[in-house]
Amino acid sequence: METVQELMRGSRRALARLITLVENNDPRKEEIMERLFPHTGKAYLIGITGSPGAGKSSLVDRLLAEARQNGSTVGVIAVDPTSPFTGGAILGDRIRMQEHALDSGIFIRSMGTRGSLGGLSRAAREAVQVMDAFGKDLIIIETVGVGQSEIDIVGTADSTVVVLTPAGGDSVQTIKAGIMEIGDIFVVNKADLGGSERTVAEVSMMLDLKEEPGWRPPVLPVVALRGEGVAALWQALMEHRRYLQSGGLFESRRRERAGRELGELVEFLVKSRVWESIRTQISLDELIEAIALRRQDPYSAARELLRRINFPF
Amino acid sequence: MSEKRKIRVLVAKPGLDGHDRGAKVVARALRDAGMEVIYTGLHQTPEQIAETALQEDVDVVGLSILSGAHLTLVPQVKKLLRERGMEEVLLLVGGIIPAEDEAVLKQEGAADAVFTPGTALENIISYIHENIGQLP
Ligand SMILES: Nc1nc2c(ncn2[C@@H]2O[C@H](COP(=O)(O)OP(=O)(O)O)[C@@H](O)[C@H]2O)c(=O)[nH]1
Ligand SMILES: [Mg+2]
Repeated sequence: METVQELMRGSRRALARLITLVENNDPRKEEIMERLFPHTGKAYLIGITGSPGAGKSSLVDRLLAEARQNGSTVGVIAVDPTSPFTGGAILGDRIRMQEHALDSGIFIRSMGTRGSLGGLSRAAREAVQVMDAFGKDLIIIETVGVGQSEIDIVGTADSTVVVLTPAGGDSVQTIKAGIMEIGDIFVVNKADLGGSERTVAEVSMMLDLKEEPGWRPPVLPVVALRGEGVAALWQALMEHRRYLQSGGLFESRRRERAGRELGELVEFLVKSRVWESIRTQISLDELIEAIALRRQDPYSAARELLRRINFPF
Repeated sequence: MSEKRKIRVLVAKPGLDGHDRGAKVVARALRDAGMEVIYTGLHQTPEQIAETALQEDVDVVGLSILSGAHLTLVPQVKKLLRERGMEEVLLLVGGIIPAEDEAVLKQEGAADAVFTPGTALENIISYIHENIGQLP
């Protein structure tokens, strides 16, 4: 694959093309991922999540400046939701990051959740691997913390930042379950709006209740709009990184990620092969009709299908 | 298995004018037609637009220009796209553009199509579908 060689020579166009190919599940994808694999595993992966409008993109914009000052090259994958009705999406995260558009050390890619086979986490993870092989030191993934797959993506990052805002007294209670657990660092953004001390205190209290040994996630007030508190966030990220690397946790997290990846891929391969065979060999209409008219139960229909495509089962 | 290819469109506003209502209406219409629309906001330079088009690997770039500077901005964007190996990207221009300027832009090969205010959104959508060619 010529495009892979171009990527290795540093072509940004090749990087963009390859992300498209893996995102679209191109037939050449497996070969691409195989070729890239030996060059991956070097980038540090930061996940950023939080409610829509919490200021994630503005924060990424500020982190980009910080990372560049510290000499790192950065890839960004910014995920916005795809409309389940039309399949289209407006991807607007870049608006906040356009001042970095011409920095050759930064590469920003927007992605829709698409809800495709194998899910968002597969597409995003593969895009991360392409950026990693390209040689980015740091890769930041921004996702809205609503769907499970969005949470999964950032949850498998090396360091995960959860962005909250001081919106009302009940903010902490309404934080989506599953989000508090994945944060390595908590940011209370929009600290300029007031009420942030209270949110910081509430989140801190919640974290202290857990009394888990090891890393206690810091809770940092930030004003992304003005860049306040961003240097402290950067410090916290680097500290978390050192913490992971010194305690062997880095390896165990990556092993966990590898396990999840393997499971997802097996599922994906089985699912796509099975459906491909079914689609090309069998018309489902009869079976569907039979179930709908209650002439056949769905279990026996499913087994019959799999038997007909010789699925070892 | 390969999924249905998604059309990716960059909607950008170069130049100094501060009205992006039209650009947003088009962006939403394209989204509703099932496309992925990357929206970058106001005051984009031709360099930012070309570089964003490259990173986002878009199939279409739509420029919304109300400032009257289309005769300089559009050819500049086209040139920068070419330099990046993206000459096949459809370049569409929307805005208040006199017929003689439209002819100039098309003759120079800068713009593939020009849509003036009042163009039905369906026309833009079908233009994209018809002219995007066989996507790889
Ligand atoms: N007051 C205030 N507004 C902010 C701050 N950071 C971001 N915003 C605003 O919040 C809105 C959403 O920001 P954005 O970064 O797009 O949020 P995202 O949806 O989480 O990515 C924008 O209007 C920002 O200008 C902040 O620190 N203070
Ligand atoms: Mg955002």
